[in-house]
Amino acid sequence: MNAHLLSLAIWVPILGALPVLALGSERRNAVRWLSLLVAIAGFLVTIPLYTGFNNQDAGMQFVERLAWIPRFNIEYSLGVDGISMLFILLNSFITILVVLAGWEVIEEKQAQYMGAFLVMSGLMNGIFSALDGILFYVFFESSLIPMYIIIGVWGGANRVYAAFKFFLYTLLGSLLMLVALLWLFFEAGGSFSILDWHNLRIDMAPQILIFIALLLSFAVKVPMWPVHTWLPDAHVEAPTGGSVVLAAIALKLGAYGFLRFSLPIVPDASHAMAPLMMALSLIAVIYIGFVALVQEDMKKLVAYSSISHMGFVTLGFFIFNSLGIEGALVQMISHGFVSAAMFLCIGVMYDRMHSRKIADYGGVMNTMPKFGAFFLLFSMANAGLPATSGFVGEFMVILGAVKLNFWIGSAAATTLILGAAYTLWMYKRVVFGPVANSHVAELTDINGREFLILGILAGAVLIMGLYPFPVVDVMHATVDNLLKHVATSKL
Amino acid sequence: MEMKTIYLLIPMAPLLGAVVAGLFGKAIGRAGAHVVTILGVAVAFALSVIVFQDVQAGNTFNGTVYTWLQSGGLTLEVGFLIDKLTVMMMLVVTFVSLMVHIYTIGYMAEDPGYQRFFSYISLFTFSMLMLVMSNNFVQLFFGWEAVGLVSYLLIGFWYTRPTAIFANLKAFLVNRVGDFGFLLGIGLIAAYAGSLDYAEVFAKREELAALTETVTGWPLITAICICLFIGAMGKSAQVPLHVWLPDSMEGPTPISALIHAATMVTAGIFMVTRMSPLFELSDTALSFVLIIGAITALFMGFLGIIQNDIKRVVAYSTLSQLGYMTVALGVSAYSVAVFHLMTHAFFKALLFLAAGSVIMGCHHNQDIRYMGGLRKYMPITWITSLLGSLALIGFPFLSGFFSKDSIIEAVHASNIPGAGFAYFAVLAGVFVTAFYSFRMYFLVFHGKERFDQVPHDEHHDAHHDDHHSGSPHESPWVVTLPLVLLAIPSVVIGFLTIQPMLFGDWFGAAVFIDSVKHPAMSEFAKTFHGPVAMALHGITTLPFFLAMSGVALSWFFYLKRPDIPAAIQKALQPLHTLLENKYYFDKFNDVVFAGGARLLGKGLWKGGDQMLIDGVMVNGSARLVGWISTLVRFIQTGHIYQYAFAMIIGVFALMTFWFNRF
Repeated sequence: MNAHLLSLAIWVPILGALPVLALGSERRNAVRWLSLLVAIAGFLVTIPLYTGFNNQDAGMQFVERLAWIPRFNIEYSLGVDGISMLFILLNSFITILVVLAGWEVIEEKQAQYMGAFLVMSGLMNGIFSALDGILFYVFFESSLIPMYIIIGVWGGANRVYAAFKFFLYTLLGSLLMLVALLWLFFEAGGSFSILDWHNLRIDMAPQILIFIALLLSFAVKVPMWPVHTWLPDAHVEAPTGGSVVLAAIALKLGAYGFLRFSLPIVPDASHAMAPLMMALSLIAVIYIGFVALVQEDMKKLVAYSSISHMGFVTLGFFIFNSLGIEGALVQMISHGFVSAAMFLCIGVMYDRMHSRKIADYGGVMNTMPKFGAFFLLFSMANAGLPATSGFVGEFMVILGAVKLNFWIGSAAATTLILGAAYTLWMYKRVVFGPVANSHVAELTDINGREFLILGILAGAVLIMGLYPFPVVDVMHATVDNLLKHVATSKL
Repeated sequence: MEMKTIYLLIPMAPLLGAVVAGLFGKAIGRAGAHVVTILGVAVAFALSVIVFQDVQAGNTFNGTVYTWLQSGGLTLEVGFLIDKLTVMMMLVVTFVSLMVHIYTIGYMAEDPGYQRFFSYISLFTFSMLMLVMSNNFVQLFFGWEAVGLVSYLLIGFWYTRPTAIFANLKAFLVNRVGDFGFLLGIGLIAAYAGSLDYAEVFAKREELAALTETVTGWPLITAICICLFIGAMGKSAQVPLHVWLPDSMEGPTPISALIHAATMVTAGIFMVTRMSPLFELSDTALSFVLIIGAITALFMGFLGIIQNDIKRVVAYSTLSQLGYMTVALGVSAYSVAVFHLMTHAFFKALLFLAAGSVIMGCHHNQDIRYMGGLRKYMPITWITSLLGSLALIGFPFLSGFFSKDSIIEAVHASNIPGAGFAYFAVLAGVFVTAFYSFRMYFLVFHGKERFDQVPHDEHHDAHHDDHHSGSPHESPWVVTLPLVLLAIPSVVIGFLTIQPMLFGDWFGAAVFIDSVKHPAMSEFAKTFHGPVAMALHGITTLPFFLAMSGVALSWFFYLKRPDIPAAIQKALQPLHTLLENKYYFDKFNDVVFAGGARLLGKGLWKGGDQMLIDGVMVNGSARLVGWISTLVRFIQTGHIYQYAFAMIIGVFALMTFWFNRF
């Protein structure tokens, strides 16, 4: 069964964006409904990827191959395995919510806004399914452009600084990746196939160099400490939809890169660098946890909490056992739902109050009880409460870490305290308490559209928390294969 | 009906009630909300009775409901373990919960959050049942955190009150500190036993006992047990993680009875009992448990003496009694610990609900200095409170006597390090308990009527401000009925069940004691000749005299010569200040942990992120580029002859270099 599903997943949203753009921003209703239609169609074409997926097969599925630039042996080759498949679904799913979230709020240039998100959705799917190094690189880099535009055009007051910081930070990292990709191309005797690269024999010194080149690129994206400072700025300035995509999908690209490139291509370097990677991850969990605690801006707080949660992802990868890697993948998906929901919640309040400062709020529960309930659920998920998706990944990574080393496990487990502290303290100051000021007193509770968005995410968070089995089951074969790969020396 | 269906229905019935009352509260109205939730809990209770009969007939169950997750060789499941220990907990939880549900109809009658409250307490019942019925660590942890969540919601039920939302955040975070240890314990078990199923882990206990934790070098089993116990210290409020429980009194009184006295706070005691096959392997862990318990039992009792808020007196008494249970765990008298857990659940729920009834009767005044003589106005509350207090101080033949005396006897018979100190603590605790319990009892129900002296800014326990004066009144029947129904087991349950529970091996395999290494229970059993003999003998022993002198002293101090306590307070001012400040735990935590964390966060943010990373590295490199380009700009003059000149020099230099290479 292979009806070019991956191509559809990439091109349906991108091509669908063209008529949206053509409609122009005057016809707002047509723009919104068409965008929603495209987003839903984009999600529907990805569903067969899950239903038709063979859990036992560790290799690439739904493979498509076409010569693209034969002179350099560059191919348009696509495929997904148990690692990447779920992210395509997640991405296409989040796109629907993003379109819904921009329904009324975006008043200027709505067609371009929707178009940018649809294009980005397609590009992200391209990143997760590309099996050719250059194709990957093209998707990886071009996904920067719509995000740059989204922040730069629809962002807040300081949007230009944030957009530049975002762009330069990430571009700097990825240039080194291009060097690494070219090196691999020559080493592989003129092949850009990522799967070919998995079987290369590479000496230790170049392995380390390649690892570092890739690390710089991926670490910026994740983002790992200390190259994380672009994220809070980007989040603060980005419109709600931009933050959602940034947190839910864009951050996953770097982490995905580690699994697709670093670990299987240079396993010896990965092992050698694992202590450094674990140290950076734990710094992200703990250091950033403390930083999140003292934030005065809700978006910054959630942005820092994202970094801290992504620390779990990189930690899980580099403890090299299946609990760790599968836990990290679960954490990535869960974080996609939870951080998206957190940013949407902040967006709901921002749309009404035009402030993200915690100090401007207090007692929101009095005027927005339905919203307060949703926000509580997502805050609890952010704090890793069992029965929400936020627990599953962290739990698995902590189990994996304790298995490797008790102290690493203990350091990681501090998130139990820190995560609860920064999330619930914010929740307390914003939602609980007496009505703080006249603006809070005038708030109106969420409308039907907002209820729908948050309700869908609440369902996702709970289902994944109560029954994560199917999500993890998809990964087993691929992760086992990956671990086997990583355990074999390439020297 | 098949038993497995019944097991499933027991937690699901309250969950359904909670969901209906929570999501459709407006549609079904107030009556609808309490009917549906009470029905849910009543079904759970009735089915628990059926399960009890089935278990009594010798059946146990250990099975899976569904596979939650599979990864890295671990299979994590949701499943039930139904044995005597479980079923006892199920009965206690559902019975007390049912009483509290009925009581709430009266207590919360005027509260605008009526439906929400019923939804929460039903959700709590579901969570607690999932915790006690679990057959594995994952579900245990789920229940553990879920009861914590509901506790958080209920402490902060009146969310506009600053003190309530401070208390609920504090409760959640302190519990998270405990959970930190708990989760690491679970992690160690998963890493070394390769399973998180109770039965499979217990089957490997001997292997685990022989191992050392590879990285830390600790004896594995001790590390596991202490980590797990840290979790219990959070949930069961043991020193130094006890600080959240007194503050949790900010929640409405029904939940203080249900959650913060009878059930949730005993989860730690239950858990350690469930883990008895592991704890039995580590004397170090048991001694640790014992000493923490003894400190809690005695020193928290002292604090009860100086409290003036009726609920806080009962709260400190709960802390102290939880310490007693923990002491019992420490001397391997697990069955005694859960026996005390059960009797305590009844009489402490009774005392809390009675306190709530008093608060209602006094128009939401909670200060016992402004009560007095209430026995005339609230006869049912008075009698039931008296019974509850007598049970608490261990008056012979009442339930608390059997359980508390058994703890004292077991500690006496124990040879584990720390038992000497613990014996002193639990004995002294008897006097202290009697003193503060009857201080409260006399101040509330006897003596001069002082309820007309309430200052008007007094802290009170309700959402609405109806400070209308008037004499106290007895509460409606929905409030007094639960009092009566709880008073009955408070009186008789100990007498009826001590024989089978402690000495008849009723728990069977659910509780494991290595009686060679820890002979306390078997030594104690030799001295037991039936409940009547025990109670009669009890009258002649030291604990009885201590309790009676505590009662007598409080009578003398608070009824006969009310001027003496004030004089003592003046004479022992430093001591009083120490107690007033609760040994400075709160201040310490506030300054060192809360303040320290904020300071560290600020430092890392401003100093690390903003100054070093952004200031020096990011913007610094941007500035560097700018600086270099300013320099380079001077060379770009736009004059062709300069460029040509530079080119010639360049070519010349290159050629020189090229030719000299060879």
